[in-house]
Amino acid sequence: MFDEMTGNGAELRVPYHNIAAWIEANGFDALRRRTAEAEAVFRRIGITFAVYGEGGDPERLIPFDLIPRVFAAAEWRRLERGIRQRALALNAFLQDVYHRGEILRAGIVPERLVYRNSAFEPAMIGIDPPGRVYSHVVGIDIVRTGEQEFQVLEDNCRTPSGVSYMLENREIMMRTCPELFRSGNIEPVDAYPEELRRTLEEMAPPACDGDPVIALLTPGPFNSAYYEHSFLADLMGIELVEPQDLFVDDGLCWMRTTQGPERVDVLYRRIDDAFLDPLSFRPDSLLGIPGLFDAYRAGGVTLCSAPGAGIADDKEVYVYVPEMIRFYLGQEPILENVPTWRCSRDDERAYVLERLDELVVKEVHGSGGYGMLIGPHAAAAERAAFAEKIRRDPEGFIAQPTLELSSSPSLAKAGVAGRHVDFRPYCLIGRTIRLVPGGLTRVALREGSLVVNSSQGGGVKDTWVLAE
Amino acid sequence: MLSRTAESLFWMARYLERAEATAQLVEMGRRMAMLPGAHGREEWRSVAAAAGAGAAFRPDEEIGEAEVCRRLILDEDNPSSIRACFGRARHNARAVRTALTAEMWEGLNDGWRWLGGLEVDSVRQDLPATLDRVRNLSALFRGAALTTMLRGARYDFLSAGAFLERADMTLRLLDAKYFVLLPETGLLLDNRDRYRWISLLHATSALRAYHYVYRGDFSPSNIAHFMILNLDFPCSLAFCYDGLGAALGRLANRYGARHDCHATVEEAARRLKNRGIDDIFDEGLHQFLLAALQLNARLSGELSGAYHF
Repeated sequence: MFDEMTGNGAELRVPYHNIAAWIEANGFDALRRRTAEAEAVFRRIGITFAVYGEGGDPERLIPFDLIPRVFAAAEWRRLERGIRQRALALNAFLQDVYHRGEILRAGIVPERLVYRNSAFEPAMIGIDPPGRVYSHVVGIDIVRTGEQEFQVLEDNCRTPSGVSYMLENREIMMRTCPELFRSGNIEPVDAYPEELRRTLEEMAPPACDGDPVIALLTPGPFNSAYYEHSFLADLMGIELVEPQDLFVDDGLCWMRTTQGPERVDVLYRRIDDAFLDPLSFRPDSLLGIPGLFDAYRAGGVTLCSAPGAGIADDKEVYVYVPEMIRFYLGQEPILENVPTWRCSRDDERAYVLERLDELVVKEVHGSGGYGMLIGPHAAAAERAAFAEKIRRDPEGFIAQPTLELSSSPSLAKAGVAGRHVDFRPYCLIGRTIRLVPGGLTRVALREGSLVVNSSQGGGVKDTWVLAE
Repeated sequence: MLSRTAESLFWMARYLERAEATAQLVEMGRRMAMLPGAHGREEWRSVAAAAGAGAAFRPDEEIGEAEVCRRLILDEDNPSSIRACFGRARHNARAVRTALTAEMWEGLNDGWRWLGGLEVDSVRQDLPATLDRVRNLSALFRGAALTTMLRGARYDFLSAGAFLERADMTLRLLDAKYFVLLPETGLLLDNRDRYRWISLLHATSALRAYHYVYRGDFSPSNIAHFMILNLDFPCSLAFCYDGLGAALGRLANRYGARHDCHATVEEAARRLKNRGIDDIFDEGLHQFLLAALQLNARLSGELSGAYHF
């Protein structure tokens, strides 16, 4: 197993020299105390998240681990190229499937997988969004299994969340552990809101003739990511709107203000497709802004991300992303995929059913770490039940090998110990591609656990990219 | 600014003002219930009435300190309870996080978290301390708004809500006890009545101010004058109308448009300035208070109409 601090053995990796010395100098108890301070600050500021369907405290605190995760400059250079490449290919794929579908005609991606997918949005066919960009914020979940081995676990093309933790974790670290930053070689991440704002501004619709007015569309305070919505709106200096604040008139989108209606040109929407516009997507929905999609289609307002962008982050479409990179960009993928077996194919399903005790099985449409079987950690009865589920609905599942995610030193109950981590950078796509050096590291705080989701005992860490 | 933001700020201020007023009322009840010969439950009943929760109690119900603590401090379902007010204020604050400064949010959030952990027994164990904490929290929020908030339309809506709610509370307080002030009871208050008013003034942090202005002369007309017409007393009706008028005036300048609410509040403030306290007693104190409460409700409606919320 690869450890971020010690590699494969007991030898200290160079990027972690400062961290190791700092752990040593402080000792476990002092680090624990500082963690408590940091968590108190989080709670005061109100950085919380809600977990649906779990009851209990509607505003839970995501556990924060004080020991940062570090990338060396050279590691980041490679990751960065891979992330940009992937984000570009995913957008090219979206442009393609909503137009001529060349990749389908070429027989590289099966038509069935796209056209019969619930994430495919027929209403988007033939629409050209500004800059031909569909997914403006691409969150790519990356795991590491060795010194040189980085693999993409999944893509998030709709409205990936968590970037507020990237920003707040850094704030908290600079506040509680200022001594770590004296070396001055840690790349700052605080340009993100500004970069996001510029990205959105570049997406102004044809009908916009002045400085574009941008707003962040949130479902409201009951949404689990509401804190992030208000935080980002605040840092970008834009209005945080709920559906009831908006209406469409004369092909344009307006928000209700104290001085009457005001035009909105770009909506950074953090609300699902289904709840955008009851006229176009879900007639039974009471939410949404009637007529919004027509205004979008007519170039009166831009939606970021575009409706239907989710087809690119479907768990089965994922399998074809390396092919997309070759097809659209004529390049070899810099970041690998994790080998994936599709239960929809007879041969692959047979393989999966035979090796359930080795594999991780995921629901194609699941998220948040739910509906997942981790074979090696599951009881025989659980595996049998899962096998039955797979047989009943083969198209609903994929399987991957149980990866030995890298571990990173963390504050466990008894002392500093390695805990498994993943990494989500946030790539911005407008007229240019922007990527701040950093992202969100999630950590599985339970010993041996491979599930980093916050809903299942996962925490977060500050993530450093070291300067050259 | 979004209309919803204006609405949330306006009501956030109202809820906080109400929470503080409820704390003052409970403090008043606590003092009155300790008076020699006091019928504790009658005092608590008038406290509940002034807090707008009179209907929550049955007419024959015996109301004691424990019940009052439960309903007026902790009951989420009673919209004027302190916990409900903080909960709603915080809910509104969450909905407009971008419109608040961090200091304002933190005060509100701290208060909400503290109130969430309270139980009847712990509240009763040290009631004065609990009430003080509520008032401190309100003061903290108000102070943070005063020193950290940009003086834009957001501040004006916040300010309008606070003045309107405070005017309401002063009126309800007077109405709960108005019969004591009626001329028929004599020009001088008897001792018990006198103590009641001292308790009231004490609860509104106004006892010293009252002494300063009226030299300890507890006549009905002085007390009524203080609470209704005195332009220097921050809880008086006249002061609140002035503050509300100023906030609305700033909005009118900012937006370059006047609405019904502007005319209504200016007229109300002007009428108060031209009246003596004797005129009000001649008209009938109770009628005056009811008419003023109705005017406040109308103002609130006109204000939301003018700014589209």
